Amino acid sequence: MSILQLNNITKRFGGLTAVGNVDFKVQKNSITGLIGPNGAGKTTIFNLITGVYKLSEGTILFNDKDITNKETYMVAESGITRTFQNIRLFKKLSVYENILTACHRNVDYSILDALLMLPKYRKEEKLLKEQADELLEIMGLTARKELVANNLPYGLQRRLEIARALASRPQLLLLDEPAAGMNPDETEQLMLLIDEIRKKFNLTVLIIEHHMDLIMGICDNILVLNFGCKLAEGTPSEIQSNPKVIEAYLGVEG
Amino acid sequence: MNTYIEGILILAGINLMAVLGLSLLTGFTGLFSFGHAGFMAIGGYTSAMLSVKFNCPFIPAVLAGGLVASFFSMIIGKLTLNLKGDYFCIATLGFGEAIRLILDNVQYFGGARGWPGIPNSTNIWNVLAFNIIAVLFLANLIRSRHGRNLIAIREEELASQVIGINVFKHKMISLMISAAYAGIAGGLMAHYMTFLQPKMFSLVKSTELTIIVIFGGLGSISGSVLGALILTALPEFLRSVSQWRLVFYGLAVIFIMISRPEGLMGGYELTPSSLKKLLIRFKNRSQGKVKGLEGGNK
Repeated sequence: MSILQLNNITKRFGGLTAVGNVDFKVQKNSITGLIGPNGAGKTTIFNLITGVYKLSEGTILFNDKDITNKETYMVAESGITRTFQNIRLFKKLSVYENILTACHRNVDYSILDALLMLPKYRKEEKLLKEQADELLEIMGLTARKELVANNLPYGLQRRLEIARALASRPQLLLLDEPAAGMNPDETEQLMLLIDEIRKKFNLTVLIIEHHMDLIMGICDNILVLNFGCKLAEGTPSEIQSNPKVIEAYLGVEG
Repeated sequence: MNTYIEGILILAGINLMAVLGLSLLTGFTGLFSFGHAGFMAIGGYTSAMLSVKFNCPFIPAVLAGGLVASFFSMIIGKLTLNLKGDYFCIATLGFGEAIRLILDNVQYFGGARGWPGIPNSTNIWNVLAFNIIAVLFLANLIRSRHGRNLIAIREEELASQVIGINVFKHKMISLMISAAYAGIAGGLMAHYMTFLQPKMFSLVKSTELTIIVIFGGLGSISGSVLGALILTALPEFLRSVSQWRLVFYGLAVIFIMISRPEGLMGGYELTPSSLKKLLIRFKNRSQGKVKGLEGGNK
């Protein structure tokens, strides 16, 4: 069963077609890889799904509901969150506050409840704090709870961004180059983490990455893009032996 | 109490009311406004109209002034909150000046000559009560999920949208509460001065409020309180240097901005728990070697 369906999506910036007629389905509970050379339109597809950019043509269905050109926060409300290629944390806030902020949709007390500190506010605020603590524990960030996000080591900043995305309880998680700038050891750990959280949170993951070890190691399905168009689609072994993919990455022989 | 000192405290309290509102918008939501004197004017004239022309009691009149200012801010917000960064700031500047010029020409409110004869109902006690309630409300709001959303918007707008924060709605909430605070401040001022004139709400007033917020430290309620007290009282202490006093005022502000670019409090709050921490640190230090408190945490 597919959770996300891209129907002929196209994005043009003036005369440049960044993404052209891409058709693709993401299977529920899978880990799907999105690869391609630089400038192939991978991040643009993420921006189109999350409503950061508006589509020129085509439709996007999530759980069979149309989310085409919805506002970013509405896409998030429907159950899709993402991380960014260049990490976008709330830099001056602590690790704990980053997570706590992101939990905001799990309760629904109003502004008036907050202003007057009514019982509903106290009760639900306690609930949020428990959730944040629990998530920090799962993601192994409890020891650095009070640290300002900007002072975290790079690898942990990536981890915190994933934790923040999980706080809003998504069904589909989009990871944009989560292993960028990591050494092989950290990449290995990240791989395990992604697999673990997928099982724990019952997630579907769509992941952009250049580390082929990671992609080939954990993905069930891979979409290859080149110059904004779909080049190939299939299981890791199919992709590895696909002549068109090899040509796009390494050029023609002879 | 000495009426002169009482007068200064009342003025500081009125300024504080407007500054708290601006602090929410600028310090916590990251939106700069140079039109808050406009909201003060709306609040001031509305409450004056209610008490002079309709014999409305003091407190409801002032609160109504806040509501009307908040309503106006909603219209302004609808039109301008989609603007990015500096453009919003310019739009508020235009709004503030427009309000002043409109009031200059409305004869019903006395026009440019001003409007005397407003009942003198503001005193130190009701200003203090308004201030305490305002600080408590603001502190509660900031520590709630709604307040955290505002801070998230200040820190990283795109990331806040991605975690499901409706940025436009939250900016609007912030602006409306902020304008309500400014409107109430205007009402208190009208009933303290017993006289209103559009000139009182010029760009200089808006700038003064923004300076206080930045001086106290963006994102700190206690900073705003200290800022309002110090910067309202400072020109009075400088009366001895007569015509040089605004020069010294300017120099004092420049000096603080150079020595503490993040403002007096720099995002920190004075709360019972933070005071306790400070006291423990102070004790530990004085056991070894007697040394004064650090300047920024007074």
